[in-house]
Amino acid sequence: MKKGGLTAIDGAMVLIVLLLIVQIWLLSATLESYLAGYREAAVPGAIISGILFGACLGLYLFVVRIDSEVR
Amino acid sequence: MKWFRKPSSAPLWQDEFPVYTADERYVSRRQFTKFLTLTSFAMFAGNLWILVRSLLHRAPSYPRQTVAVLDEIAIGGVKIFTYPTPGDPCILVRTASDSYVAYSQKCTHLSCAVYYEKEQNRLECPCHQGFFSIADGSVLQGPPQRPLPRVALENIGGHLVAVRMEGEGV
Repeated sequence: MKKGGLTAIDGAMVLIVLLLIVQIWLLSATLESYLAGYREAAVPGAIISGILFGACLGLYLFVVRIDSEVR
Repeated sequence: MKWFRKPSSAPLWQDEFPVYTADERYVSRRQFTKFLTLTSFAMFAGNLWILVRSLLHRAPSYPRQTVAVLDEIAIGGVKIFTYPTPGDPCILVRTASDSYVAYSQKCTHLSCAVYYEKEQNRLECPCHQGFFSIADGSVLQGPPQRPLPRVALENIGGHLVAVRMEGEGV
């Protein structure tokens, strides 16, 4: 049970890191577009970034729940 | 809140300032995941900031400014002027007897001053060999990713008047 819990936590952490990399790229691309005068990318950028943050938050809560279960 | 409660009953300061050095360097998976999630929130906040700035953006107003008199410069000649503020250098090029173009003189890569290369009929940035088309300011070669902002000109009574900037970023 404890080993399975650790594997789940590690998997969730890897997913969070991947989502974060995508989010960092998204922010830099949106900022680049904005500074170039193209403001159309701001709305989809904010929506997708919010979805990615929600996914990260969900994974964090998952990690917390698994962590408290395996302790 | 249940999700953010510490797993142990020890007070927070004992975790933040432990007795042993090894404990101070120890980062649990939970702490690391929380750090990543907060970083994700920071990225989201950055995107929101861009969104707010975009929604509050207003189209800038440009002054009308006489930059040259017709026939003041020879064919293939240039004139340097500033527009719309004294801190924005621009370059006016007479490409033919009745054709004038003007662009911002700041390279869109790292803001070096571009100059007109008459033989190649293009604008060149000497810093990193960025070349721009004299026809529309588009990038021909080099590290710049964006075209040069163009100064819209009008011929009013024999005077070339700058009326606005086109393709200018924020």
